[in-house]
Amino acid sequence: MGTSQVPHGDSPADPGRRGFINWFLGTSIGALFASVAYPVLRFVSPPEIPEASMNQVEAGPINDPELLEIGYKILRFGAEPVILIRGGEGDFRAFAATCTHLDCIVEYHKDKKRIWCNCHNGEYNLSGQQVAGPPPRPLESFKVDLVVKAVGEPEHIVVSRA
Amino acid sequence: MHRYSVIYYFGGMTLFFLIVQLLTGIMLMLYYRPSAAEAFESVEFIMTVVPFGWLIRSLHSWSANLMVFFAFLHLVTVYFSKGYRKPREITWITGCILLFLALAFGFSGYLLPWNKLAFFATKVGTDIAGAVPVVGEWTLRFLRGGDRVTGGTLSRFYGWHVAILPAFLTILLGVHLLLVQIQGMSVPPRAEEEASRRRPMKFFPNFALRDLFGWILALGVLVAIAALFPWELGEKADPFAPAYKDIRPEWYFMFMFETLKFVPGGEIFGVEYEAIPILLFSLGGLLMVLVPFLDRGIERTGHSRAFTVVGVVAVTYMVGMTAWGYRSWAPILVVAATVALVYVLRWGTQRAKREPES
Repeated sequence: MGTSQVPHGDSPADPGRRGFINWFLGTSIGALFASVAYPVLRFVSPPEIPEASMNQVEAGPINDPELLEIGYKILRFGAEPVILIRGGEGDFRAFAATCTHLDCIVEYHKDKKRIWCNCHNGEYNLSGQQVAGPPPRPLESFKVDLVVKAVGEPEHIVVSRA
Repeated sequence: MHRYSVIYYFGGMTLFFLIVQLLTGIMLMLYYRPSAAEAFESVEFIMTVVPFGWLIRSLHSWSANLMVFFAFLHLVTVYFSKGYRKPREITWITGCILLFLALAFGFSGYLLPWNKLAFFATKVGTDIAGAVPVVGEWTLRFLRGGDRVTGGTLSRFYGWHVAILPAFLTILLGVHLLLVQIQGMSVPPRAEEEASRRRPMKFFPNFALRDLFGWILALGVLVAIAALFPWELGEKADPFAPAYKDIRPEWYFMFMFETLKFVPGGEIFGVEYEAIPILLFSLGGLLMVLVPFLDRGIERTGHSRAFTVVGVVAVTYMVGMTAWGYRSWAPILVVAATVALVYVLRWGTQRAKREPES
């Protein structure tokens, strides 16, 4: 810069220097924003927390008063709720207790033999198939085993992943 | 433009670190849990599991310290350049209160990780408030949310840190910045003649762009410090464990902490000795806020040597006591380096004399 011999950068004849400076500034600013945005976006996206995977849960004896009276109970299967249903004498079934519609926890209506979700009136039958209301998929089913723990005592219910 | 222009960057620098505090603080809220049972673990989670969590928390801690440092620097330079003169009294007062708020942010934020150091610092800090006659006991219970430092204190400090103090800050900072825009920059008495020979610089875009350049540099330095020296978490607080051996507060409370160590036990007229320096520090803070109304000499004669001397004594005492507290020359070296940096910048930013156009 200085002498009038050198063409000025922004003259149409020589876009080189001005063009380079503009490119350089633009790229620097872009890089600065990217280097700020990347950590911010990573920070706000929560990390994956591995959950201890549960394979089976002891649900108590078959003559559990809760099961006899209201016909079901909700088990803690790790962090996941599982509904254990007593369909009849010696007939136990277990399903993921989370409604496939919008994640509410379901309950069991003994008199109608229906699994019911109060949030949006979703209805499933005793096989976990959706029969009325908005649920799109059946409930995931779990395996139920009856185990004799000690002679003379009632059998115990063990729920495990199918 | 004049030879003291460099000092105008310190306020903007403080503002930059404040903005970093707001942004990183809001981000930390996404994972932080303010309870005695979970606070430490949630910070640990941020530091070890969340992507870039160590960076965000370290930025928050480092930027807090740099913000307080630049706030002090801004205060000192405005004081010695008599920037509080009429008509800028309100700007000065809001500035002083903003500094007190910054210290309150530092104190309340310090407890939040719920580690040992924070726990004892809070016990000591709130206990100091409790030593003040008459209102002390009430203040102590008000600060702690009870008689002891507990999870209740943590919730309280969190409330202050993320809601109450930011509300006050927003209002005061708004007034402070608005007044700076309305009244323009103050010119030191010694540079008035020099400034009148030059065209004043427009705030926007000329000064704002220079500020922005400084901010980008500051961001680089801050990120480098945070990356190289991630802020430590320490051990979880245990209300039944003894205090650390070399327990000490954050550097900006050091001069008061050290002064209190020199005061012997005892009482006079029912007032404990340790209450006296606390009251004197409070009085000092109050006088600082009122400086524009006390320094009338500058209006009449254009000089206020007495206030300059008082300022030098106060700064020397604070720096000296801090150095003494750390048994280290570091605080004095930091001050020397800062002064040197100001002179280098002043030299570097002085406008080159233009050759007359031929």
